[in-house]
Amino acid sequence: MSRINGCFAQLEQQNRVALIPFVTAGDPNPDLTVPLMHAMVEAGANIIELGVPFSDPMADGPVIQRASERALKHGTSLRDVIGMVARFRQDDPNTPVLLMGYLNPVEVMGYALFAEMAAEAGVDGLLTVDLPPEEADDLLRALGPKGIDPIFLLAPTSSERRIRLVCDAASGFVYYVSAKGITGSVNLAIGEVADKVSGIRKVTPLPVGVGFGIKTPENAQAVAQVGDAVIVGSALVKRVEALAERPEEIAPAVTELLVAMRHAMDLI
Amino acid sequence: MPTSNQTDFSGMPDERGHFGPYGGIFVAETLMEALAELRKAYERYMQDAAFLAELDADLANYVGRPSPVYFAERLSREAGGARIYLKREDLNHTGAHKVNNTVGQALLAKRMGKTRIIAETGAGQHGVATATVAARLGLECVVYMGSVDIARQSANVYRMRMLGAEVVPVESGSKTLKDALNEAMRDWVTNIDDTFYIIGTVAGPHPYPAMVRDFQTIIGREAREQIAQQTGQLPDALVACVGGGSNAIGLFYPFLGDAGVAIYGVEAGGEGIETGRHAAPLCAGGSGVLHGNRTYLMQDANGQIIETHSISAGLDYPGVGPEHAWLKDIGRAAYVSVTDEEALEAFHTLTHKEGIIPALESSHAIAYALKLAVDMAPDQIILVNLSGRGDKDMHTVAALDGITL
Repeated sequence: MSRINGCFAQLEQQNRVALIPFVTAGDPNPDLTVPLMHAMVEAGANIIELGVPFSDPMADGPVIQRASERALKHGTSLRDVIGMVARFRQDDPNTPVLLMGYLNPVEVMGYALFAEMAAEAGVDGLLTVDLPPEEADDLLRALGPKGIDPIFLLAPTSSERRIRLVCDAASGFVYYVSAKGITGSVNLAIGEVADKVSGIRKVTPLPVGVGFGIKTPENAQAVAQVGDAVIVGSALVKRVEALAERPEEIAPAVTELLVAMRHAMDLI
Repeated sequence: MPTSNQTDFSGMPDERGHFGPYGGIFVAETLMEALAELRKAYERYMQDAAFLAELDADLANYVGRPSPVYFAERLSREAGGARIYLKREDLNHTGAHKVNNTVGQALLAKRMGKTRIIAETGAGQHGVATATVAARLGLECVVYMGSVDIARQSANVYRMRMLGAEVVPVESGSKTLKDALNEAMRDWVTNIDDTFYIIGTVAGPHPYPAMVRDFQTIIGREAREQIAQQTGQLPDALVACVGGGSNAIGLFYPFLGDAGVAIYGVEAGGEGIETGRHAAPLCAGGSGVLHGNRTYLMQDANGQIIETHSISAGLDYPGVGPEHAWLKDIGRAAYVSVTDEEALEAFHTLTHKEGIIPALESSHAIAYALKLAVDMAPDQIILVNLSGRGDKDMHTVAALDGITL
């Protein structure tokens, strides 16, 4: 069983929902990322989503764009990010780590080499925002034998036909984007999310994670009642950005929000 | 007359938008249904007699087509060698070939019931052409433009605003065309229900590369007839500048099957390919995925897109249309580069010899044609796409001469 599957199975037994924080690797500097990952696990994160910086993050709002820019100033490459996961794994053999980013860095490294290096480092999943399943055959063939789960997005605009297509290609879980828009820009409309997630559940037994627009413990609690995972990104990255010049304060600020979200989610 | 070779160019792209290994659809899930809807509408209306009649009438009466093919006799004599003919896209309404495509896409937007138009622009020509058709059809229009380009193309910014468009400065990344495209994509994903994204070049996710090409092939279809009528033969060589590559594919496409017609796409060599400061992905880049398609890109070893450089904002783009990538790989077209300095010299040469002031983008094509002509016989013909006029570049050229306008 993959770490991601194991994680969701265990949480289901405990009747709890996964908390998945996103931070951009290398932001605001590469030395901070691995300690921050451990701190987030300590604060109640179940899966870590690590952003791979890209020069042209088309699906991201200004907050995560600037995080990419800060990381790229230090030259944080896909190889560096894989190296961070390897270092994280030395002290945490259990928490699943998912890489999220855009296809080009993976494409330029080469799918086979990526799959080999990532599996070796202990990466559990890959989400490439700009790769729909229609174009993913070659990448899926490379990831499959290495046990890396391909994670795909679903959106409010996804038809039932597309939901089937995406769920057929995905493993681990599917990531429902709660609203039309870019990261950090949308407000949560929980009623619509609940409708769509129940539609997705009719099609697939895969766990459904929900992201975009989750800013507060109240948002996290609301989403925990409809989804299997609460994914929070821009709200955390905003805290990283605000403290970029005082890096020692970043982990406490990020974990403060995560602890509050975890607490709110566990009340249901 | 040469006949077609074995490759079936008309069969490209395949139904999922691939030109060989290039093209395709590489976008976030939210856009997938919108692209499918666009593809269906496009396929339907390109078979629809009423739509095509309206498009033809607009191209004739609003754009001013057909644009002439002109024998540049003094320019040819200056080069010494082949006879150089110019396809005068600079004479179109709004001053460049861009309007051929915006007229077509705006009609499509109207048929699809979209009320809001967005676009990206580099030199501002596509932005102006989009603002123009939006004004005519009474559609809301938002144009994204890098702040670096806004500074060097201020006249076009003013034109767009005068036409009623909102011009949004883009401050992210390199603050040029690629970043404007990112921002337009972000707008589209947010406002997908009422918004039509008019992409200005033959890049982006399927169906854009095929659709923009089809709207631009009017250039090559007219030119093929005009040159045959004037000279009794097909040209020996075609030359066009390539940024994203829409004017080039518009000229090339109707000639792809004519094996005797050599095809040259001219990329922006900037300060020289060897300096790394250029915008020539086909000459000096590698395969990758950006802005919805797989193509040649300017990128580093880690797959990050690198900054480009060209004197002409319209060529200052790190990617290129996927069909050009494919034509390069199969050897049907040759892709070459011309430096800023060579382009400027050609700009002045054409201005002095023919009384035609070309856009800096098109000056790249003129510069290469002048080089090419030297080694050709006087009975041979080069057809150059003069894709736009140079009015917008007066400030840039004046500044290089130390003059403030």
